[in-house]
Amino acid sequence: MSLEQTTPYVAHHFDDADQQHDASSLGMWVFLVNEVMFFGGLFTAYVVYRTAYPEAFHAGSHELNITLGFFNTIVLLTSSLTMALSVHAAQVSRRAMLVINLILTMFLGAVFLGVKAYEYTHKWHEHLIPGPNFVFDGPDPVHAQLFFSLYFAMTGLHALHMIVGEVLLGILVLRSLQGMFNKYYYTPVEMSGLYWHFVDLVWIFLFPLLYLLGRH
Amino acid sequence: MAVPAIDTTLAPHTEVPAKPRKTYLNADYSVSSWLLTVDHKRIAVLYLISIIIFFALGGMFAAGVRLELLTPKGDLLQADTYNKFFTMHGIIMVFFFLVPSIPATLGNFLVPMMIGARDLAFPRVNLLSWYIYILGGAFTLAAVIGGGVDTGWTFYTPYSSTYSTSNVMPAAIGIFITGFSSILTGLNFIVTIHRMRAPGLTWFRLPLFIWAHYATSLIFVLGTPVIAITIFLVGLERALHIGIFDPALGGDPVLFQHLFWFYSHPAVYIMILPGMGVVSEIITCFARKPIFGYSFIALSSVAIAVLGFIVWGHHLFTSSESVYAALIFSVLSFVVAIPSAVKVFNWVATLYRGAISFEAPMLYALGFIGLFTIGGLTGLFLAAVGFDLHVHDTYFVVAHFHYIMVGGAVLAFLGGLHFWWPKMFGRMYPEAAAKAAAVIVFIGFNLTFFPQFILGYLGMPRRYHAYPDEFQVLNVLSTAGASILAVGYLMPFCYLLWSLKYGAVASSNPWQASGLEWLTPSPPPTENFAETPIVTQDPYHYGTDDDAEAVHVA
Repeated sequence: MSLEQTTPYVAHHFDDADQQHDASSLGMWVFLVNEVMFFGGLFTAYVVYRTAYPEAFHAGSHELNITLGFFNTIVLLTSSLTMALSVHAAQVSRRAMLVINLILTMFLGAVFLGVKAYEYTHKWHEHLIPGPNFVFDGPDPVHAQLFFSLYFAMTGLHALHMIVGEVLLGILVLRSLQGMFNKYYYTPVEMSGLYWHFVDLVWIFLFPLLYLLGRH
Repeated sequence: MAVPAIDTTLAPHTEVPAKPRKTYLNADYSVSSWLLTVDHKRIAVLYLISIIIFFALGGMFAAGVRLELLTPKGDLLQADTYNKFFTMHGIIMVFFFLVPSIPATLGNFLVPMMIGARDLAFPRVNLLSWYIYILGGAFTLAAVIGGGVDTGWTFYTPYSSTYSTSNVMPAAIGIFITGFSSILTGLNFIVTIHRMRAPGLTWFRLPLFIWAHYATSLIFVLGTPVIAITIFLVGLERALHIGIFDPALGGDPVLFQHLFWFYSHPAVYIMILPGMGVVSEIITCFARKPIFGYSFIALSSVAIAVLGFIVWGHHLFTSSESVYAALIFSVLSFVVAIPSAVKVFNWVATLYRGAISFEAPMLYALGFIGLFTIGGLTGLFLAAVGFDLHVHDTYFVVAHFHYIMVGGAVLAFLGGLHFWWPKMFGRMYPEAAAKAAAVIVFIGFNLTFFPQFILGYLGMPRRYHAYPDEFQVLNVLSTAGASILAVGYLMPFCYLLWSLKYGAVASSNPWQASGLEWLTPSPPPTENFAETPIVTQDPYHYGTDDDAEAVHVA
């Protein structure tokens, strides 16, 4: 059986499946570079303000729940493992293992978002949402508010990326159940995996910057 | 001598009239075949129509601005209305015309053809980018219809985030969304140029148009997300009172300026680099000489893209920037002029002792070289801190960037459109009218913008609807020039449309140009090439014996 017969997904403008896979792969990396720059604007703002107002940022950081943050970090790292296992399952044409790992990844992502929602609610009750109702009895409340502006902008944007990832995973589950992926064609699983790992990696930077830095 | 097979078998004159050759234009006539097309050539045409509509709209706002400035008193437009006019002119022209102008139209059409590919790497992403552009445009039009925006196209905080009561939100959302169409176009070009080149087409055999688009795509991907997050934060600030830029909430408005110009200065190179690519193709063709210093022109595009990212601070000389930062940004801004000058000198060297003919595209290209040089040199004036403090926010700056954006980018767009028009639509435009239009555009442009250099030097600030009486003569000259320029724009619009039906049928290569796109019939078939071409030589074989043998079809 020739390669073309087993991979009905080579688009007309590609010479072969390899070229198509290479193009998708490069395209995804270029997209992730763009994502790095997108988050980069926020990280720049964080660095500038943290350098300018270190006390206010320390005080603000003390209001964050380090246990929940750590728990979420573990959850997300585990989801990266299950995602990697999904890609491997697709590459060796093991459909059941693929579906189970994708669903596990989705579940762990949902746990992360749930914990994040709980943390947000908690901040709401403590009047730590920037705006007219913001109350902070630390040393520099104006710039502590700036810390929380950044906290919500950065984690919010990260959560938005998580939600997009959940949708992607949902589509992958449906497609996997239809038997679309096998060792000849697994590009969408691999590309979604790259995206998921990237979103994880953003959190790996967010967690120490927001929760840990300056607490000791 | 190997004659390209498609040239002899599929050229229009050999066709039986009763059964026209299949092209990308007549492949299907249904509306859905256009709106759901994944053919890069059709998407280029969709983009072309859309950006011309936005160009006309932006031009109307410019006309309002110029008419108001005919008289020293603010009589035609109220101050608030005038603010909205120049803002809408800037937003529409920058984000909806200049940024996508050449890449999304000529680039979309030509990048796959020039590298011998059947399409861009991601055809559906390409179509998506057009829909995103249209959606962003719809939000911006909603802002116009709802009463306009008055922040200036630069959206400086805290005015834009806190105080302005105009339609900042829809305009900001429109720009945020449209940014993603640029990002997707850039991503598509990068992957296509890396992965889809024809056999034998090595990096240093690529046309300079491709190099220019590759460099532009780098800026699209690296710069556009930064403006996206910046505009996103302004939106958050207006909607949710998250205070990244608002001093009342602990933020710093100058940070906005840094982030804004981190994109918006490289965006200037997004506008000019594709134009430089177009001019490189036209100059070498109509001088009938191989391009001088190919690798220098190619790599100077990349150098401009890289250096363009580290000069943004020259927009902040008067915005609390430290003396040392100003010094460094000033020096870096001088450095970025070097690769631009490399291009200009190489074009001039290409012209030297060439067999030059003055077809309309060449007139635009020659105009580009002169006007871009003036725009670039006045940019050096502005990069010098002392002089910049004197003319900051005056008409000198307005004149400078219009020499780049109109004298450079628009002339290159028009030149490129004329040069590849026969390829895109299979018809020749009327040459005499086109030459006349090119001359009228050149005269109208200079009459519009040269007086503004003098006005700015004399101290007339930008963005005011009234001015002292002694500035009137120069302002009347400028408005008169603008009306001539308008005629120069309307002429190609009319005769190019006319040529679609009545123009002479174009051969596959009316300019005897080199390059893969000229090997396939005009207009090209949907799949571009009957067979994938194989490239055996360097580009630009003008004036040599093996001109026709440069590339042969396997």
